[in-house]
Amino acid sequence: MSGYYPPEFADILRENFPDAVQEVIEFRDQITVVIDRDWLIEIATFLRDTEGMKFNYLSELNGVDYWPQAPRFGINYIFYSFVHNHLIQLKIFVDETDPVVPSLTSVFPGANWPEREVYDMFGVRFEGHPDMRRILMPYDWTGHPLRKDFPLGYEEVQYTFNIDRIEANKPTPSADPPQTGTE
Amino acid sequence: MDVTRVNLTEATDIESDRQTVEIALDALRGLVTPRAFTGDTMLLNMGPQHPSTHGVLRLMLELDGEEVLSCLPDVGYLHTGIEKNMEAKTYEKALVMTDRIDYLNNLGNNLAYSLAVEKLAGLDVPPRAQYLRVILAELQRIASHLVWLGTHILDLGATSLLLYCFREREMILDIFEEVSGQRMMTSYIRPGGVWYDVTENFVPMVRRFLWYMPRKIDDYERILDENPIFIERTKGIAVVPPEKAIEWSLSGPMLRGSGINYDIRKAMPYSSYDHFEFDVPTGQNGDVYDRYKVRIEEMRQSLRIIEQAINNLPGGPYRSENRKYVPPPRSEIGHSMESLIHHFKLWTEGYRLPKGEVYVRTESPRGELGVYLVSDGGTKPWRVRFRTPTFWNLQSISWMAQGHLVADLVAIIGTLDVVLGDCDR
Repeated sequence: MSGYYPPEFADILRENFPDAVQEVIEFRDQITVVIDRDWLIEIATFLRDTEGMKFNYLSELNGVDYWPQAPRFGINYIFYSFVHNHLIQLKIFVDETDPVVPSLTSVFPGANWPEREVYDMFGVRFEGHPDMRRILMPYDWTGHPLRKDFPLGYEEVQYTFNIDRIEANKPTPSADPPQTGTE
Repeated sequence: MDVTRVNLTEATDIESDRQTVEIALDALRGLVTPRAFTGDTMLLNMGPQHPSTHGVLRLMLELDGEEVLSCLPDVGYLHTGIEKNMEAKTYEKALVMTDRIDYLNNLGNNLAYSLAVEKLAGLDVPPRAQYLRVILAELQRIASHLVWLGTHILDLGATSLLLYCFREREMILDIFEEVSGQRMMTSYIRPGGVWYDVTENFVPMVRRFLWYMPRKIDDYERILDENPIFIERTKGIAVVPPEKAIEWSLSGPMLRGSGINYDIRKAMPYSSYDHFEFDVPTGQNGDVYDRYKVRIEEMRQSLRIIEQAINNLPGGPYRSENRKYVPPPRSEIGHSMESLIHHFKLWTEGYRLPKGEVYVRTESPRGELGVYLVSDGGTKPWRVRFRTPTFWNLQSISWMAQGHLVADLVAIIGTLDVVLGDCDR
């Protein structure tokens, strides 16, 4: 898969958005541009519309929890170009105290569900998202399971004979702000 | 307040539980048309236990008579926390979880995960293993498309084809059982190669399948292409314009059905796919019928790839000789002290991968299957993320279904090739 991440695009981004680009990571032929979250929409639109780049396809959107590092969450965006057959990765770091990222749904509507999943799993909110609900976990779930401080536990299976006891011990769902993991 | 609280009984039993319904309807504001709040249209649940939703998919429909005004999919019933579980296992042991993600593409999941580990480790894969991987991944693609075809056609009212498809799929599962001992949860493709060399029966079995299968695919086409009911129910249904397919990040046959010639096996070849000649079939109209044609043709192209691979199957090792990552064979352990040490280390502590993040993309039967792997330098993956095609494709059902009849919705679910294990992980 080498050679599909042209390194010159990182320089072009740096020239056009000097305030936004924080760092360029190169690892295993994969170029990752770390950007400031306020510039995400501008940069995504720029990547999509500029001649020679034409990153018109959102290939991947995910979140990573780097706990206990200081900017705790990393949101990764990988764009693909049908015209030129190349890729670029953007990355945004956000802290636990203010986990808000602008939503990409205005540029790429397909980011809808992946952003909901990142919210569900990590508690990072996407500003401007049309439908910011949980998607995989039950609606009354407390915490965000893919955070590193969320325990890898299990839930007792409900039957008619034990449902009263389980319901009595269930934590009450709290609306906001999202709790960190511990029940 | 959440949307799931509106179910059929609550919605029809308004008098007895008026408050619950009102709160729940409020959560739907902006997602359904304003007419739903006057009682002009009907809210109806399809699933999660419905035979044609292919698992536990729940669709909340707003209906005006038979016409679908809005469709709100609800997934997550099959969420088993596989990504979280994999963070607690070593790289080698986490592979077993990948079988359970997309239960119709087990070997493809093994392959995607193995490619990610290999890319992170810089591990070599011998040519024989690469060819075996291609053969098995393509057999898996045919098996997956056979299940898709059988169930899709069953939803549209033809029972007999399901039985034919499962009869042919049995042959493929027999091949998997021959090489790995398991019909579905194979865990056969491992980082560095494949688990064990194929048995001597493998090549004759694949050749027999190659001889048998093309006529069967012709049969399926003969049954369906001249069937007026099938054509009536698929042509012009769920039309996806190419620009919309791109902006909604559709992949796989959903994209190719709209006429976009894009296949990751061609665009960014992995596992020596560039050694083989094959075509990427595309449709023109982007409707259910075109996607059916694309998938049928993909089965033929898969057979072509398998034939080339089996004819040129190289000899040599089936797994990397790098003992820092790959456990030694049993025969070495008896007389080599280093092998014994490696065996012990690899199965207890596991191996350490360099710190970094990689993303690999593969073409699964349903579309782009990507693995985003993050290593912190330890023996367990820090984060394994599966970019699963069903999850990304399924969100489009909300605009695809608009304006169609409830009966057409069954065809749309079928054409998306929904595998809920793939969606929910």
